Amino acid sequence: MEATIITSPAKEKFLSSLANHKSALLENAPELVSAALASLDELDFPTTRVEDWKYTRTARISNGEWSIIKNRNKIDITPFLIRDLNADVIVFVNGFFSNELSSFSSSEKTSITIGGKHQRETKAFKNIFQALNVAYCTSAVNISVAKNIVAEKPIQILHIVTDEKALAQPFISIHSEKSSQLHILESFVSVGEKKSFTNRSLNITVDENAQLHLDKIQIECDDNFLLNEDNIHIADNGHFTINTLTVDGGWVRNSLNISLDGQNIEANLNGIFLPRRKQFVDNHTKVDHRFPNCNSNELYKGILDDQSTGVFNGKVYVHPDAQKTNAYQSNANILLSNDAQMNTKPELEIYADDVKCSHGTTTGQMDENALFYLKSRGLGDESARKLLSTAFINDVLYKVTNEKVREYVVGELVRRELLFV
Amino acid sequence: MISIKNIHAQIEGKKILNGLSLDVKPGEVHAIMGPNGSGKSTLAAVLAGREDYEVTEGSVDFLGKNLFELAPEERAREGMFLAFQYPIEIPGVSNLNFLKAAIAEQRKHKGLEPLTAREFLNLVAEKSKLVELDGQLANRSVNEGFSGGEKKRNEIFQMAMLAPKLAILDETDSGLDIDALRIVADGVNSLRSPERSFIIITHYQRLLEYIIPDFVHVLYKGRIVKSGTKELALELEEKGYDWIKEEVETANA
Repeated sequence: MEATIITSPAKEKFLSSLANHKSALLENAPELVSAALASLDELDFPTTRVEDWKYTRTARISNGEWSIIKNRNKIDITPFLIRDLNADVIVFVNGFFSNELSSFSSSEKTSITIGGKHQRETKAFKNIFQALNVAYCTSAVNISVAKNIVAEKPIQILHIVTDEKALAQPFISIHSEKSSQLHILESFVSVGEKKSFTNRSLNITVDENAQLHLDKIQIECDDNFLLNEDNIHIADNGHFTINTLTVDGGWVRNSLNISLDGQNIEANLNGIFLPRRKQFVDNHTKVDHRFPNCNSNELYKGILDDQSTGVFNGKVYVHPDAQKTNAYQSNANILLSNDAQMNTKPELEIYADDVKCSHGTTTGQMDENALFYLKSRGLGDESARKLLSTAFINDVLYKVTNEKVREYVVGELVRRELLFV
Repeated sequence: MISIKNIHAQIEGKKILNGLSLDVKPGEVHAIMGPNGSGKSTLAAVLAGREDYEVTEGSVDFLGKNLFELAPEERAREGMFLAFQYPIEIPGVSNLNFLKAAIAEQRKHKGLEPLTAREFLNLVAEKSKLVELDGQLANRSVNEGFSGGEKKRNEIFQMAMLAPKLAILDETDSGLDIDALRIVADGVNSLRSPERSFIIITHYQRLLEYIIPDFVHVLYKGRIVKSGTKELALELEEKGYDWIKEEVETANA
């Protein structure tokens, strides 16, 4: 088959800024890098005519000026660490692994290797960003918990962007081996409010009977662009939970693909997003039920203020063989301003006949009757609104089962005067 | 306490209150009765500051202040309390956290320090007993999953916690069985004091057997058309509202 080579001025310019950079995956995964480079010929930046990107404009990324920037300056990371969590910490600065800032111990039980063996189930790339991440990867890390091991410590992966124009492209793979348990925390922060673009790829394999809990905390600035591509494969009896907590950030897209590759799997995906000003937050999720007897639960809640925009696209695909599937999906949103916008689209494709699937989506304003009730007891307008916002997202916050992590997230929300405590 | 002078109010262009006047002095209990649609609940809503109602004429002086210049929360902080006819369910907001915040704002308004956790919990224990409200209920989300009676008891519990100067009870008796009615009435009676006034809005005389009012007023077509003492309530119970309506129509003819 002959490949069609697509060129465009934006793509040429974008690629030329990366030309001198060698992918961090080149040594250990040369074939994958070759595949990515080949895909780049055929891919271009998506326009809003592409269904998957209908409400997500990428022009500011494709037309932006970016470069790969290593920053060796000393950074105080304590504000980004979670007090008393006692986690192993892996730090990336502008997408590059920082040995100086990281602190972890790697063992046979829980191994953390930089540039080690990669994991990506497929060599196909659905969009240009995935191909760019692999072809011009800044740093790669592989985390793996051995069979039957319950990891003693949580692992925090901390992504920091520091420089103007920085393009960060870390590649992370996580392997939860049979009957293991692990808690991962991944946070995205920025220092100095410089314009940057993080295009991070995450590839997870959860083996039989293993449990993986992932809390993703996004706290960037208005000038930051953040694209997350998360690909998760779960085997028989596997248990996977991901909480995507978007506290702050100018432009955020989370693309979450969960493939249930066995039976009796439980997958939970939850999220909150509270964009304001002109912020943009997009959550694209796909849950692929391929075998019988699996459960998936999805709960996303958004509170949108000012002129912010939100997107939720939740796809649940139930294959003909996936009988006795339970799949629940819910997306509820509150618009606090007349100029805020939410585009929400549940997509259920069900090809099995003995399943329980439900979805629900609501977008509304704050309940005026509840507000009046609170005010009639003496609460001010601000406090009453924050109390109702808190109540609205509280159930999702409690999906963050680690108390210290939850307190940290709540603290960040309170600091931004978004919640009432 | 409160002096209501000739207020006219409407909702969506429909006139509901037509020149209502009422004076309530400290320590007095006034009952407002009247047939359906006479404007009883509108009066409560206007006093509490619901925005849907537009006041086109008249004035209300509440403890020396122009009531209409105060936002709903300011009215509450000045000492007004409305027990809702239909208390709102607010999932996810804990009854106690909400009350703690409300009391903190009230105390801040008065220039007082917030209560300590212990002081607050002692107050909860004391006041929840008053209306036989289960400690579990006090700790749950505001009114969520409460029965009708529990909701009304929760209103009186909140009233006891906030210790208002003027309490307005909007059909607090509606939907209550006789036991719940007595609990609510006992709660209210225990809060009566020479400094605290009550406006009790009710359709039936029943509640007034338990809470003995100093004055009874009949509201009809948005005005008070008859005032008297507790005997008036008994007369209404016996004869219904038709004779009042007739009196008004004759006087207008």
